[in-house]
Amino acid sequence: MQDMKIEDLASDNYEEIQLTFFDAKQRNILYTEIETEFPEGSLIVSRTDLNGIITHVNKSFVTMSGFTEEELIGQPQYILRHPFMPHEAFSDLWETVQKKEKWYGYVKNLRKDGGFYWVYATVIPNIRNNKIISYTSVRRKPSAKKIAECIERYPTLF
Amino acid sequence: MSYTMTISPDFKPDLISGWYIFNTWLQKQSDIAIHLNLVNDFSELAQCIDKDSIDLIYANPCDIAKLIREKSFEALVKPVGVHDETVVITHADNPIDTIESLKPSLRVAMTDVPDVNTMGTIMLEPADINSCDIEAIICSNYITVAKKVVAGEADIGFLLADAYNEFSSLVKKQVKPLITSKIDVLHHALLLGPNLQDKKSLLQKCLIMMADDTKGMALLNSMEIEKWEIMEQDEAEFLIDLIDTLSPS
Repeated sequence: MQDMKIEDLASDNYEEIQLTFFDAKQRNILYTEIETEFPEGSLIVSRTDLNGIITHVNKSFVTMSGFTEEELIGQPQYILRHPFMPHEAFSDLWETVQKKEKWYGYVKNLRKDGGFYWVYATVIPNIRNNKIISYTSVRRKPSAKKIAECIERYPTLF
Repeated sequence: MSYTMTISPDFKPDLISGWYIFNTWLQKQSDIAIHLNLVNDFSELAQCIDKDSIDLIYANPCDIAKLIREKSFEALVKPVGVHDETVVITHADNPIDTIESLKPSLRVAMTDVPDVNTMGTIMLEPADINSCDIEAIICSNYITVAKKVVAGEADIGFLLADAYNEFSSLVKKQVKPLITSKIDVLHHALLLGPNLQDKKSLLQKCLIMMADDTKGMALLNSMEIEKWEIMEQDEAEFLIDLIDTLSPS
């Protein structure tokens, strides 16, 4: 996965930080304070393999991420990881789905242009013959009140 | 031996004759005796499913999970380009224009159509309203939902988008849509029960070729379906997974 590029950003006013992911890979993140509103009435849908590599995205996913579908397929789901999000949220997600349970939570996602969008995400393991074969994630529009709570609470989880 | 087909009770009433003719057409093409048994509502459908009295069903996406995972049905075909979308309406004179402005303790007029109600409820979440915060007023059809809203007996109503689009201009003037889903992933599908599964290839072949002949095409038009396409079992499984993510946590 490539580092973010300054020429892709929607604003010259950005912050820079390096993130290290669960697989020890690192990415240089450039992020802005520009928020993209969740599209009314839409659902963002994706599937990943057991390693969190994106195998399927719907149109809303593509639109909101700012990437093309070709850029997304084959990339790790953490291409959307925003530095605001506590690592613990994703540890909890993986622990939950690997136990064959449903995970849900509020997530701030990173766009290709450095901006962000909040979602209410649900992730489920796709179980066939009692084995997890992949994961499906569906994101919907969150309530502003819940997001305000997350903005207060998430930084305390670091 | 005769088999029984049924249609999810959320089909449009003016398409009944189309489905009867479809059943006759399918019997002739496949040489399989099929009896069309229509049910009045989702409660009656659930009883039929529990009694294993259905062999072929045009199913609502929310019923597909039970049929496939508990009753060993298999996906047969799905209609091309037909998706179930939901509209949340309120009275035209209601000063509220956005979902976020709605408050809990809402009176919601709705039918018993499960995917429409699921989507309608999800679309209230940005207002911090969930299924516990609403009083459901169950109606027998979509026009009754609109009437409840117009009469002020319900604050909002959940409608299938296709049903809303077909309302007369007189009805549309009295209500306004607050939000319409654009999810493009929920759809009905024709499923096959265990007793008919040895006829799966034959039935798929008949249904896929339906759009290739003039009579078949006219019949599809009368059912408001462009054509059928094969639905793989894996696709049905992922549709079930998707519904699972939308069900209350």
